[in-house]
Amino acid sequence: MAHFDENARPFSHKWLNERLAIDTLKRVLSTEYWIPKNINFLWAMGMVLAATFGLLLVSGIFLLMYYQPNTQLAFDSVNYTIMSEVGYGWLWRHIHGVGASVVFLIIYIHMFTGIYYGSYKKGRELIWLSGMLLFVLFSAEAFSGYMLPWGQMSYWAGMVITNLFSGGSLHANGLVEWIRGDYVPGQAFLNRFFMLHVLLIPLAIIGVIVLHFGTLRIPHVNNQDGEEIDFEEAAELYKAGKVKESKVIPFNPVFLSKDIFVMGIYFILFFYLVFYHFEFAMDPVNFDPANPLKTPTHIYPEWYFLWSYEVLRPFPTDPGLIAFAFAQVIFFLLPFLDRSPNVAPASRRGAFKFWFWALLIDMIVLTFMGKLPPEGIWSTIGLVAAVTFIGLWIALPIITSKEKKL
Amino acid sequence: MKELKILGIVTVFTLILYWGVEPFAHSQMHKHVEGHDFTYPDLPAVKAKGNAENGKNLVMACVGCHSITSQNMPAPMDPVMSAQTYGVNPPDLSNIGALFDEKFLAHFLLDPAKVTKSKHFAMPPSAGSEQDAADIVAYFKSIAPKEVSPKEAYAAACGRCHANRYGHWTQLGDVPKTKSNIKTGVDLDALEFKKKLGIYQNKLADYMGKLPPDLSIIIRARSEDFLETFVEDPQSQLPGTAMPRVGLTKEGYEKVKAYLEETGDPSKPLREKTGPWVVGFFVIFAFLAFLWKKSIWKGHH
Repeated sequence: MAHFDENARPFSHKWLNERLAIDTLKRVLSTEYWIPKNINFLWAMGMVLAATFGLLLVSGIFLLMYYQPNTQLAFDSVNYTIMSEVGYGWLWRHIHGVGASVVFLIIYIHMFTGIYYGSYKKGRELIWLSGMLLFVLFSAEAFSGYMLPWGQMSYWAGMVITNLFSGGSLHANGLVEWIRGDYVPGQAFLNRFFMLHVLLIPLAIIGVIVLHFGTLRIPHVNNQDGEEIDFEEAAELYKAGKVKESKVIPFNPVFLSKDIFVMGIYFILFFYLVFYHFEFAMDPVNFDPANPLKTPTHIYPEWYFLWSYEVLRPFPTDPGLIAFAFAQVIFFLLPFLDRSPNVAPASRRGAFKFWFWALLIDMIVLTFMGKLPPEGIWSTIGLVAAVTFIGLWIALPIITSKEKKL
Repeated sequence: MKELKILGIVTVFTLILYWGVEPFAHSQMHKHVEGHDFTYPDLPAVKAKGNAENGKNLVMACVGCHSITSQNMPAPMDPVMSAQTYGVNPPDLSNIGALFDEKFLAHFLLDPAKVTKSKHFAMPPSAGSEQDAADIVAYFKSIAPKEVSPKEAYAAACGRCHANRYGHWTQLGDVPKTKSNIKTGVDLDALEFKKKLGIYQNKLADYMGKLPPDLSIIIRARSEDFLETFVEDPQSQLPGTAMPRVGLTKEGYEKVKAYLEETGDPSKPLREKTGPWVVGFFVIFAFLAFLWKKSIWKGHH
């Protein structure tokens, strides 16, 4: 039984400490949570993502107060009620739309930072895996949210993507109908994606964010040189006042002060986009109300799904679906496919350096081709890029097992 | 500095990505159509000099179908009856002189189907000679109001075929203000209006092949370039479309566009007013955060 001082004033420091161990919590989670000093601004992307998620959550709550999950009313509740009748409704919607797009840009930067510096190895596997789980959840969140305005692109993207679950020649139409709750996207479809978007997936995201933070605590954050740091020793040095000699800094306030500066720069860009350049995040086609009788000329997903869409598209149906499934899971396996023991920036890892840049450029090419109409030279480039993507992942264990130990 | 180099690499890749999925992709998906600033170069210049006085007499033939309300000449039939007769309600002619191109109007009077490039045109050729056409146009110019509001421009150029529900506009004009019976909740006047509108829309759909779309938010559903070249010449963007070339002047089109912005993008003025404050706030925020970071990191390197 813990000791409780009967004379402690309620809610005084001592009173709280005895009940919540606030001093210990603060030490473990912030003032003595040690971060390597040898980092650059890319290490702030995690907090930038957390802040963007916060913006999405808050703007989403405001939108939720006026949105109508009804096929007859949804379009006008977004485009009329929220955009012209609700005070500053347009601002919340533009924050939500731009945020949904930009959050993926930051996720990709965050992922490629991890790949470049090898931050998924030697005790950091769970950081990578929980991060990938977040990527999948954010994708589901983005897709379900895209259904809600019930415009042409909502409807037809919903049709195309749920069709993938028929599994090509498996003809699992029963499964597709089960997912849609109808033969075609309709009221049942809209309602369930609304539920997923505002309740189930956000709950899961918040849970996995906590897990993602948790997985960082023991292996600690990686650093620019992949150096293995004795955190306890370095922490003692820091606490002894030798902040210059110590290789670590406390999360709060030293790391945080840099994070917040990076966030400030990021928010300038973010709100510039919200006020002056939001069209890139809000496809014009989705400003036509859903019309089951009229298929749009071009159907394409939002930019952040284009690369995986293009891994699917150039192949015949069945191999395409297999390639698509491959693209969805392969990033999860990265810690196990990279056979090299080296934790170091890609630039020092021989062939892996070329692999890294090849993957990045290949995914950008896939992204370009995913949006263009699949005709002529574009489909050929798309096919080559899709085969290259699969080839790169098959090559990864081979080139990394031959890598020299640093 | 290393961090700036990294920032440079991230920025370059981000911009390439943006270029590929936005400007480049859209340039490949939508064909480019060269506009002519609403000058209608395919129509030859009208040599005859118009005489408004003479035009006034000739216009007596027009009011058999059209109204000119500003000159106290009412429509011979109500809009629904007109639609039942012609397929669409003929426009009021009070302000066409202010909105439509002179040359276009003159050629239109001589051969409406050819000039509008539309098979769906009820109006027969209505001027016997180029001189008559020029006279009639001169008359419409002489009675044209100095100022036409964006909504009036929309009503005259688009509003008889295209509803605009965000602007509470129907093909029959503004949605009337009506009251429901307090005991039953039934609003007979609204139901009656709905029925009239329904009859009109059915006739219009038969006439055009389908009901022309509501234009509430078209300003965000189509690019600026598309809208401008489409309105100037619908066939250039959608070959075979039933929509006629309407013959707006550049200024007339700007008025119509202003109305479409009012209904489809009403936040624009407030957005432009609020933007600098919010962005400015974060510039100051980032600067203060930089100073804080500098003071915290003192002695760490």
